[in-house]
Amino acid sequence: MSPILVGIKRVIDYSVRVRVKPDGSGVVTDGVKMSINPFDEIALEEALRIRERNLANEVIAISIGPAEAAQQLRTALAMGADRALLVQVEQPVEPLTAAQIFLNLVQKYQPQLVILGKQAIDDDNGQTGQMLAALWDRPQATYASKLELDGARARVTREVDAGLDTIEIDLPGVVTTDLRLNEPRYIKLPDIMKAKKKPLDVTSMAELGVAAPAHGIRTLKYDSPAVRSRGVMVKDAAELVAALQQRGIL
Amino acid sequence: MNKALVIAEHFQGKLNAATAKCLSCAQTLGEVQIDIALLAADGAAAAAEAAALPGVARVLLLERPENNEALAAVWAPQVAALAANNYTHLLGPSTTFGKDLMPRVAALLGVGQISDVMAVESAYRFRRPVYASNAIITVEAPAGRIVVATVRIASFQPAAGGGKAPIERVQVEAVLPTHTRFVSRSAAHADRPDLQTAARVVSGGRALASAENFKLLYQLADALGAAVGASRAAVDAGYAANELQVGQTGKIIAPELYMALGISGAIQHLTGIKDARTIVAVNKDSEAPIFEVADIGLVGDLFQIVPELERLIRARSAS
Repeated sequence: MSPILVGIKRVIDYSVRVRVKPDGSGVVTDGVKMSINPFDEIALEEALRIRERNLANEVIAISIGPAEAAQQLRTALAMGADRALLVQVEQPVEPLTAAQIFLNLVQKYQPQLVILGKQAIDDDNGQTGQMLAALWDRPQATYASKLELDGARARVTREVDAGLDTIEIDLPGVVTTDLRLNEPRYIKLPDIMKAKKKPLDVTSMAELGVAAPAHGIRTLKYDSPAVRSRGVMVKDAAELVAALQQRGIL
Repeated sequence: MNKALVIAEHFQGKLNAATAKCLSCAQTLGEVQIDIALLAADGAAAAAEAAALPGVARVLLLERPENNEALAAVWAPQVAALAANNYTHLLGPSTTFGKDLMPRVAALLGVGQISDVMAVESAYRFRRPVYASNAIITVEAPAGRIVVATVRIASFQPAAGGGKAPIERVQVEAVLPTHTRFVSRSAAHADRPDLQTAARVVSGGRALASAENFKLLYQLADALGAAVGASRAAVDAGYAANELQVGQTGKIIAPELYMALGISGAIQHLTGIKDARTIVAVNKDSEAPIFEVADIGLVGDLFQIVPELERLIRARSAS
């Protein structure tokens, strides 16, 4: 049996209304609640369920982020991950760099599966899993809503635009999670105490031998989106139909 | 002169409308020659549709039996090989097809990828949404390297007008993996207008309260010739199928008319409909955030209003 690697990204909580800083240099993060990226929580839950069925020996939670991302890794440990590794970076890394870091860790830990969120709700890129699979030269099963392991293979149902696709992949491989894969468990107080004793190691890109790209994609500025203004209120269905007619829609 | 390659999306012999929108995006790359690449087992019909799009230099048809299903692991090495022919830009749609494939291709080419391009400022400078469209960033890709991007199709109109590009059959040297195999597909609503391209969308939320009640929406959608969508809450509750989900983590759409019925309007949902021409909201809660963005709002009981709307619209089209 081999381990499962899970990505845990520290992001602004999904319930926060994100605002752009007046100088356009980023978004407001002071005093803002931070959480595990929701898709990563689903990834961790899936890995835990596989381990609980004795189909994996260990779940390793990995975060690439600032020192504070240790908080999210502690939460992952409290959920049930066996150990955690923080790859500490000062600046956010591009998905390609994140994939290179994961490739390095895959070679080190030899997992049967890497489960990542289909996207992080901060940069909304949705790339790291596919890029890791490419660099690793292994299968990818993105947008998973069902994952069944069968020895050296996995059968994955994927949420795609047309409906649901099912594919079969040889392991090891990369799976990225969609919303309906599972419902992550709640953490109980004793688990938080237990998590404090679990190993949480910190490393760096330099220690792993991964360099940031010399020719990366640069973010130049942040703008607030154009806002839609409030329209008119009508009082019943007949007025609504009339309003649609007036706009030439009906 | 830029040289762009657009990856065609197609299904059952028909070109997906996303391709013409990617083409529109490519046409804003300044002075540019645009080819469309179409991978298929049997792609003649879809290639003919692609060749009829305006402003296309060539359609490159890459037929192999292994291309019967769009498996990213199988397609990516072929697309990467095609892209290596001096292309400056490689574009695919920001659909589940494109989002699955393009990052894999970018990694094979050793470059980053730009997701969800909503505007082209220059050949190397783009605007894209982040944080569920609560911020728009301007990004710059390094000059002198291929730009790989997915195109937010709700931001572009399909390229209009006719064309007559030559179709060239091509082959590439690429070893295709066998580690990924297609098993099956279930598509529940193949007979309805496509949510991503429909001019009208009727969408329901948790307030519908059951899958049974969701049928009310289908009847109204039929009267309007509309596609049906749903909020995440409705999909999670099992009232609607996953492929109907509209929002940050579902589909981003830009119909002429979007009717949000019993949808409160979470930020993540609003992200998916920001570019709709007209938003109509019906909700019993007058404080629902959906009313902040709705062009026409109606506070009231869905179960009375929706059948009434259907009746009025049917009466109107009959007269």
